[in-house]
Amino acid sequence: MGKIKSIWRFYRDGFKNMTWGRELWWLILLKVVILFAVLRVFFFRPVMSGMNDEQKSQMVGEHLIKNDYTENKDTLNLITD
Amino acid sequence: MDVLLWSRLQFAMTAAYHWLFVPLTLGLALAIAVMETLYVVKKDDYWKKTTQFWMKLFAINFAVGIATGIILEFEFGTNWSNYSWFVGDIFGAPLAIEGILAFFMEATFFAVMFFGWEKVSKRFHLISTWLTGIGASISAYWILVANSWMQHPVGTTFNPDTVRSEMASVDAFWEVITNPVAVSKFIHSVTSGWVTGGVFVVGVSCYYLMRKRNVEFARKSAFVGAAVAMAGTMAVMLSGDISGVHAAEYQPMKLAAAEGLEDGGRRAPFSIIPGVEIPGMLSILATHDIDGYVPGINDIINGYTDNEGNVIPSVEEKMEKGRTALAALEEYRTLKDTDPDAASIARSVLEENVQYMGYGYLESPEDVIPPVDMVYWSFRVMVGGGMFIALVLLLVLWFGYKNRIGEIKWLHYLAFLSVPLVYLTGQAGWIVAEVGRQPWTIQGLLPVNVATSSVSAAAVQTTFFLFLTIFALFLIIEIRIMINAIKKGPEVE
Repeated sequence: MGKIKSIWRFYRDGFKNMTWGRELWWLILLKVVILFAVLRVFFFRPVMSGMNDEQKSQMVGEHLIKNDYTENKDTLNLITD
Repeated sequence: MDVLLWSRLQFAMTAAYHWLFVPLTLGLALAIAVMETLYVVKKDDYWKKTTQFWMKLFAINFAVGIATGIILEFEFGTNWSNYSWFVGDIFGAPLAIEGILAFFMEATFFAVMFFGWEKVSKRFHLISTWLTGIGASISAYWILVANSWMQHPVGTTFNPDTVRSEMASVDAFWEVITNPVAVSKFIHSVTSGWVTGGVFVVGVSCYYLMRKRNVEFARKSAFVGAAVAMAGTMAVMLSGDISGVHAAEYQPMKLAAAEGLEDGGRRAPFSIIPGVEIPGMLSILATHDIDGYVPGINDIINGYTDNEGNVIPSVEEKMEKGRTALAALEEYRTLKDTDPDAASIARSVLEENVQYMGYGYLESPEDVIPPVDMVYWSFRVMVGGGMFIALVLLLVLWFGYKNRIGEIKWLHYLAFLSVPLVYLTGQAGWIVAEVGRQPWTIQGLLPVNVATSSVSAAAVQTTFFLFLTIFALFLIIEIRIMINAIKKGPEVE
């Protein structure tokens, strides 16, 4: 317990006694807010969020197979066989 | 422009921006650790104050650079979702380890570095300073493991059920993390950071020498900076040589593009600039044998026999195998629930051809050629810039050793100009590495046009300009804070 208290005091006093570092912490805070509260929320929603693994496999599998470049499929004919 | 180009531009811009901060963090961390070691060993407060000044600049760079790498992960999920799913099994573990390590090591030792000067013992403080740099380097290793797997995908198998590249065992994980490309790339990248950090220290010190202020501080700092940067330069050259051998073995098209080599052969020449060549030098660099065979762009397209006697198929043949793999993938996924026997045959066909799967998406053999001019000239900027910097560093070390660094004005200017140059060479290096491996996101398995998400070009365009604005703003802020701190100067003369 004493150890935890001294670690807590170490960080608390460190932040309290900052001089030029204070400006940098504000900068970090501003950046983290922009990144996570604005960009991540409004602009960077993962395309496959909300899907389970099976749905993701299905979606990517279809994308890989149905790409326009895969028109030449006469090398295997197991479906018709 | 289409969604692919906007996605690539956005990723390139973010990665390039991220790499403005990382090398300085890696290099300044080492320079600071060396300075603090001098303080502890010599018991001289002069070195303590010197360390504290450079630590301040380190903190400014760290504060602005922090979390810029996370934006790349945002882009993976939004712009590159197919790729993200495809590589998830490989990227998950290294990136998670990187995140945990970075957070805990940096949160602990970084805090001791800045808050602990009068609160912990000198020895513990010194250990914390070293561990901050070591922690940053270990973080870099995991990122580079992920990057190197894309350049040379080892240790994994493609699972047609999950549509992912997966690691089947602990051995596979070990193979991924000891990928030879990752090891050489790690040494090359981290030690190039030492060069950046060292040159930064030398350049800023020479600014003080030009202004004839804090002369003693600048003289001593320049010497330490030059020593750190020179150690980095030697390691960069050594690891660059190994990277060249790896490129010849695993990504010969990248090497051919970097040399503008249309037709290869034995005793292949190294191009200094177009029309000026050193006969046989490329064979030496790529194979460590003057008679080593180095394929050119046309050889790779038409097929060739490598130095071990292996017949490398033409791109047309690889495309055929790739189309077979894709057809087998489709048939396997269609039949696996209704006709297990036919599905099993399809799976076997897929496994036989899967290493060429990505070639099945190409329209023509020429699609495997990256933008040659960009790669060729970036390589020359990297090597030429690096050699110029090495020369400047040697001069700084020589005149520093002779205790005359303060008098040589032209050297102050050269050292100061080396600061933007070292950034340029670092960026050029990444252009060689990343543009040189086009059209692949994963070598041979997944071309960039298949890796993107089904999102609109307008959406990516919007975030591109949003990032551009935010990045520019933060960069201006950093440069201003940094310049103010440099102008204010250290507390010692």
